Amino acid sequence: MAITAIRRNAMRSFLTTLGVIIGVASVIAMVTLGRGATASVTNDISALGNNMLIIVPGADRRFGSSSSAQPFTQDDVNAIREEVPAVALVAPTSGGAGRAVYGNQNWSTGVTGADNSYLRVRNWNVELGREFNDGEVRTGQAVCILGETPRRELFGAGSPIGEQIRVGTVSCEVIAVLESKGTSTFGEDQDDFILMPLVTFQRRMSGNENIGAILVSATEGVPTRDAQLDLIALLRQRRRIHVGDEDDFVVRDMQEIGQVVSTVTGVLTTLLGAIAAVSLLVGGIGIMNIMLVAVTERTREIGIRMAIGARAGDVLLQFLVEAITLSVLGGVMGIALGLLGSWGAARAFDLPWVPGMDVIAGSFLFSALVGVFFGYYPAHKAAQLNPIEALRYE
Amino acid sequence: MTGLVEIRGIHKVYGHGETEVRALDGVSLDIEEGDFVAVMGPSGSGKSTFMNILGCLDVPTAGSYRLRGVEIGKLDRDTLALLRRHQLGFVFQGFNLLARTTALENCELPLLYQGVARTERRARALDALDRVGLANRANHLPNELSGGQQQRVAIARALVSRPAVILADEPTGNLDSTRSEEIMKLLVELNETQRITIAMVTHEPDMAAYARRVVVFKDGRVVTDERQRAIPPDARGERQGAAL
Ligand SMILES: Nc1ncnc2c1ncn2[C@@H]1O[C@H](COP(=O)(O)OP(=O)(O)O)[C@@H](O)[C@H]1O
Ligand SMILES: [Mg+2]
Repeated sequence: MAITAIRRNAMRSFLTTLGVIIGVASVIAMVTLGRGATASVTNDISALGNNMLIIVPGADRRFGSSSSAQPFTQDDVNAIREEVPAVALVAPTSGGAGRAVYGNQNWSTGVTGADNSYLRVRNWNVELGREFNDGEVRTGQAVCILGETPRRELFGAGSPIGEQIRVGTVSCEVIAVLESKGTSTFGEDQDDFILMPLVTFQRRMSGNENIGAILVSATEGVPTRDAQLDLIALLRQRRRIHVGDEDDFVVRDMQEIGQVVSTVTGVLTTLLGAIAAVSLLVGGIGIMNIMLVAVTERTREIGIRMAIGARAGDVLLQFLVEAITLSVLGGVMGIALGLLGSWGAARAFDLPWVPGMDVIAGSFLFSALVGVFFGYYPAHKAAQLNPIEALRYE
Repeated sequence: MTGLVEIRGIHKVYGHGETEVRALDGVSLDIEEGDFVAVMGPSGSGKSTFMNILGCLDVPTAGSYRLRGVEIGKLDRDTLALLRRHQLGFVFQGFNLLARTTALENCELPLLYQGVARTERRARALDALDRVGLANRANHLPNELSGGQQQRVAIARALVSRPAVILADEPTGNLDSTRSEEIMKLLVELNETQRITIAMVTHEPDMAAYARRVVVFKDGRVVTDERQRAIPPDARGERQGAAL
């Protein structure tokens, strides 16, 4: 019956539900996109490595660290390995920029000196070829592992394994290519680098034994916060920093950063969702408005129905069901529109599309509730009409 | 044996004090099963007020109205609605069909409220339309039908629920004389062949002439009550609706 009444007034019914459609669509789109952003950031953080801490020299300047501070040494690395049980893997690194050349192709990229533990800590998997062997790491052989980007730029479709390339002034043999991690949320190409043994890098590229950054991963089951405190204590002692003086290095907890970012995007998602929910309420008021007009316009119809034998409750139910049907129809259309819109936007912004059953069910329920809440008053008004007066209404 | 309708000294008063209107001022009337009563009288004499009470759309201020032995004056809104649903059929001056709703759907409406299942509803509504000669217009909308046709659909809607009484307040008031006569002949036929009890308000003596009995109102009272034709004996007693 409600469906029939709505069909008889298709255009108006559509306009009535427009408020709900837009309300639900924006809730769905906002929450879905917000979650996509959160997921994307979380992905990036975990792509950096699990339980990873990064130790860099220089005082914490909030935005990066000053570069003037004293670098780390191999002794520092050994001390961490031996004296901090909260740390499972230690990966000393040193990095710079360099031009890679193969045949007539060349590509400017980042060059990192490190060993296999770097691959562990940063969650890099070898796609093609093999990792460094002990001899290569210990004696600083001229071998290198390519990220996907330099591989593509230098070799195109061909296999680089066993080929000789020149990185800066070093001529080295390609032993592996890494699996691609793609572009991060912040637009950075994570695959654009070349890896060589740390000793090779120090001897033949940087010309010193400095270690620019130490990546460590906390032991399974140990809170990264504990590892962080242990590392700070050890390094303060090794670098002879007096009590009360500031650290001249920073131990960054990547998980912590990830959590902060997730919290922020989560709050933003909730906020946007709430704003959208308000527009859904406004849509509900639109339904009430139209239903009130409908009650007045259909006074005579109500009179006829009552004369024929409709009780007050039957009339109430009829109008309530109409209002709920309208808002639920609006809800369903809104869900479809919201999913479609957020899918398009997610594609445009290169975010993962994470539609949640909870938001969908929630908006559906909410739109039905809007129908009940805003439909009740007009329906009640209709039910209270006096049949004789309603019949006489012009 | 109790009559179909027993009305004893009913009053209907609108307003209070200065503005008090005595629309009905002591009306007593019995209607038997199978009768066809025409209610006449000048404008404002209380005819519609009487019909509204008879039709359980309203209750009297004082007095007693029993429909099939049930005292109406004490019933609440919902019970009155149920009485209308099961015992009464209405035909109005202004037809009062639901707009943008086909003739068939209009006729199904009373059965919908009675909770009759869909297929039976369809069949009975079609049958009722057939009896007013409009089976071939079942899927027409009211605005695609002439006034006379609309009124016939309204009559079909009134009789589809097999009511004890059909109440018609000036059913020919909006129709020309040819259409009016068609409607009257239809009502007479329903009364004679289906033995449906009819109470009808009319201004025109020509229309009243079709009825078995004419009751004239003046200032809220019955001034004359004349029988023109007897009720055929086989219409008395048991309700015939079940034979429809
Ligand atoms: N709802 C009402 N409120 C006040 N007065 C009314 C109402 N309905 C009818 N009346 C008055 O009752 C009297 C009888 O009206 P009605 O039964 O409609 O007369 P009729 O149908 O014979 O023309 C009239 O004086 C009318 O003004
Ligand atoms: Mg009248």
